[in-house]
Amino acid sequence: MSGFIEPIVGRYLHVEIEGEINRIYFEENGSGIPLVCLHTAGSDARQWRHLMVDDEFTRHFRVIAFDMPWHGKSNPPDSQYGSEYRLTTASYTATIRAFCNALKLDRPVVMGCSIGGRIVLNLAIEHAREFRALIGLEAADFQQPWYDTAWLNRPDVHGGEVCAALVSGLIAPNGPEVAREETLWGYKQGGPGIFKGDLYFYRVDGDLRGRTGNIDVNACPLYLLTGEYDFSCTPEDTLRTAAGIPGAKATVMERLGHFPMSENPEQFRRYIAPVLQDILDKQTL
Amino acid sequence: MESERIRQDDGSPVPFKPETVTAAFKTIPDLLARDEALIARGRSLDVDCQLGPSTQPFHLAIRAGRIVDMIPAPVLMRSWRFSYRATPAAFAAYWQKMPPAGWHDLLALTKRGQATLEGDLHPFMTHLQYFKDLLALPRRNGFGGPS
Repeated sequence: MSGFIEPIVGRYLHVEIEGEINRIYFEENGSGIPLVCLHTAGSDARQWRHLMVDDEFTRHFRVIAFDMPWHGKSNPPDSQYGSEYRLTTASYTATIRAFCNALKLDRPVVMGCSIGGRIVLNLAIEHAREFRALIGLEAADFQQPWYDTAWLNRPDVHGGEVCAALVSGLIAPNGPEVAREETLWGYKQGGPGIFKGDLYFYRVDGDLRGRTGNIDVNACPLYLLTGEYDFSCTPEDTLRTAAGIPGAKATVMERLGHFPMSENPEQFRRYIAPVLQDILDKQTL
Repeated sequence: MESERIRQDDGSPVPFKPETVTAAFKTIPDLLARDEALIARGRSLDVDCQLGPSTQPFHLAIRAGRIVDMIPAPVLMRSWRFSYRATPAAFAAYWQKMPPAGWHDLLALTKRGQATLEGDLHPFMTHLQYFKDLLALPRRNGFGGPS
């Protein structure tokens, strides 16, 4: 309907991260338990727009999604223009905690996808008591590489085209075509070298094998959900990770791939609704 | 005989006849010729490459996104810049209307060891979506059931 205005509101938050003020763009809708959503590598927070306008969820959750520095409408830090971007476990963890603290969120739920799913595991390892619950989508302690990230940022290959074409295979076949194209559009719009820089965390710095066994789900419940068509973080990767974390809940999502919230929002809803309800139920016990 | 035409003892996720995979691959030039949008996406692509089932690959000459020549390998002393060859089982699965998980993408197939990518990968990577869609054309043509 022409003239319809969505309830999502976007603003800029000044956040000190590792000693420097970053101007972070975030969007939100709803009220209640803060639910902070982390986008995938090389994309931005628009991936969460469907969840963010779901009345059933926004009645009980303040759904917040922010663009990581260097992504979407969050520029690089002023001092970093011209330098090579590399996300690390430490910088990613610091960014999430700084964002939540700057917004004065009271023990938020954090839900992340892909690299966001991996870092959720690190939050569970190191900072569980700061969070009400943690949800990892397409999350595992480690997964086998399947291409050389050097292709993502070189002058003789179009970065947007190759990033989108690589991840296109991670989307489950026969989902909504527009949702697929919109998911890929996010990859076509990333800054040069940003997807590659995110994958430094994923491939090199963020190997959590041998550390996830320390996660205490009594301190903070942990939910892991992975799409059956994700051949990057496979269901087997997630189930293996969950098997090493007593009490972690793992679900394999049918007809979904690596981008469940954006590639097929209706199908994802079937799986995330019970998780959010479970978190809600725990608040009223 | 059913036992001859259906192979499921080699890890293949779907039944298939090897000869139908090769026959379906041979239809790709005609299917591409009818797909102006895909040709347009390959408009800056000129390459000689080797593609197809590992049991019967083909030499393709692509000019401005169009296949101008495709002949079965081997061809004496014919060179190619890159090669993508997958098992017949992999193509049969890839061409299903709903491909099985892990068999639904060219690089999923290389990851699971069902396909081999070799040579100078630059033309493949600069036109990665083009090649994914090119090699998926038999799916759209109903190989794995009507779309």
